[in-house]
Amino acid sequence: MSTARHSPARSIAAHAVLATYTVIALFPVFVIVVNAFKSRKAIFRTPLEFPNAETFSLVGFETVLKQGDFLLYFQNSFVVTVVSLFMVLLFGAMAAFALAEYRFKGNSLMGLYLALGIMIPIRLGTVAILQMMAASGLVNTLTSLILVYTAQGLPLAIFILSEFMRQVSDDLKNAGRIDGLSEYRIFFRLVLPLVRPAMATVAVFTMIPIWNDLWFPLILAPAEATKTITLGAQVFIGQFVTNWNAVLAALSLAILPVLILYLIFSRQLIRGITSGAVK
Amino acid sequence: MAQAVKKPFRWHIAVFLAPAVLIYTAIMIIPLFSTLQLAMFSDVNNSQVFVGLKNFRTLFDDPRWSEQFWNALKNNTWFFIIHMLVQNPIGILLAALLSSPRLRLRVFYRTAIFIPTILSFVIAGFAWKLILSPLWGVAPNLLDLVGLKSLFQPWLGKEAYALTTLALISVWQFVGIPMMLIYAALLSIPDELLEAAECDGITGMSQFWKVKLPLILPAIGIISILTFVGNFNAFDLIYATQGALAGPDFSTDILGTFMFRTFFGFQLQLGDPNLGAAIATAMFGIILIGVSIYLFGIQRRLRRYQF
Repeated sequence: MSTARHSPARSIAAHAVLATYTVIALFPVFVIVVNAFKSRKAIFRTPLEFPNAETFSLVGFETVLKQGDFLLYFQNSFVVTVVSLFMVLLFGAMAAFALAEYRFKGNSLMGLYLALGIMIPIRLGTVAILQMMAASGLVNTLTSLILVYTAQGLPLAIFILSEFMRQVSDDLKNAGRIDGLSEYRIFFRLVLPLVRPAMATVAVFTMIPIWNDLWFPLILAPAEATKTITLGAQVFIGQFVTNWNAVLAALSLAILPVLILYLIFSRQLIRGITSGAVK
Repeated sequence: MAQAVKKPFRWHIAVFLAPAVLIYTAIMIIPLFSTLQLAMFSDVNNSQVFVGLKNFRTLFDDPRWSEQFWNALKNNTWFFIIHMLVQNPIGILLAALLSSPRLRLRVFYRTAIFIPTILSFVIAGFAWKLILSPLWGVAPNLLDLVGLKSLFQPWLGKEAYALTTLALISVWQFVGIPMMLIYAALLSIPDELLEAAECDGITGMSQFWKVKLPLILPAIGIISILTFVGNFNAFDLIYATQGALAGPDFSTDILGTFMFRTFFGFQLQLGDPNLGAAIATAMFGIILIGVSIYLFGIQRRLRRYQF
């Protein structure tokens, strides 16, 4: 290859810029997590050092576990995220299959209708959503959150999945039909397994905004029993502003599960984004 | 195709579509339109009365509300401008560097720089609030290391800086998205094209400006519209760091926080769902205008290249 494209100076400069930005990206997370394991004195005296035998302290985590019901918040977030995710994937894939596979009157109109929600945020309907949930007695239930997040996740899921389902070979499906498989079996047995990678991508895209959302938990389910971890952390920190150990520990507890999940799935996520999402 | 016999109704299509269409229509489309409708009603003696565009007149003209509305709109626009001027250029720069051939540690950089994007606004907001806090002193100490301590200000507490600071925090959090999308677009440029450019003597920076940049313009367009929709719909970061009052003195108030306050009320003021719906309608209009400009004005003019 030509030398023009990679001279050492250029490569050093590239590394310098990327490394600098990596530090900027990670620094806040680092400071929070490191200081969560220190005594109050050390937090203020040596905020940039790792905890050592002298400064190590778990007092913040103790406060968090005693005062806030974080285990319950985790459970709520987990239930909401997993159930919504399951519904988005199942219903989204079904609708995507119908749009990609069959020619019927109004197909493209239906596709357009379902795609509206990609550009128009569901939050704008909040006033009416709250009234509807209040009328049906769903305020302060996890069900209300699950319904909202399912509706929120469906448009993008259908859009991405139908692109992928168009690529599934027709011969395969027709072979199935000749063998007498019903359309349902063709979908569940033949097509779904083939679009698994796309499903994983959609899953990651759907999951992150649900787990991190503050708006709908705040409005639809602010009760103690239904708080999600994001709302729980927000409220807890608001109450314990001056207790630095507790605040830092609460933040770390909220960061760690997402971070671990991300490190496990980051390849999948990045492959998903980079595989033709922008075409 | 002329069909003499009508095909039997294909139930499976309906079954496949039904759950998604029902949930989407019931929870998203209907509330969206009833919100638009609510904006034209008002509560008079506990019953909803149709008042036409009165709520909008209140919002745009009545000094009690209009001042806040225009303030929120102005702040929101500034919030968006900062994103366009800072987030997207940084994203493009990082993507260009990441896509340079034979880069070592590529996966590491990519993974690390994307980490803030997966965190919630609450975490990002509070992390920065703590770091910038004069009480803790992490930021002043860091500035001291480079001899710039005199520059330190309690940025989030000063009217003049708070909004810009928050916008930059949001940029810090979301720079990963433009970076990834542009990176994907850059990867999809075929090698032959770049080699041809090299044969013509176009390398390095000029290759980026003359060959790559025109090819990734559609991706930049998508990022701009995503940023636009995201920004005019933002709420969480401001609420988490500055509270519903979007202090100091409403200097960080954007449409999302304004709608929340109006809808739910704050301090002594009672909530007003109708006026809240009117703000949501205004936001809907703004987003619709932005999306239309993109779809009909920009996207069509961008030349797309098929490889």
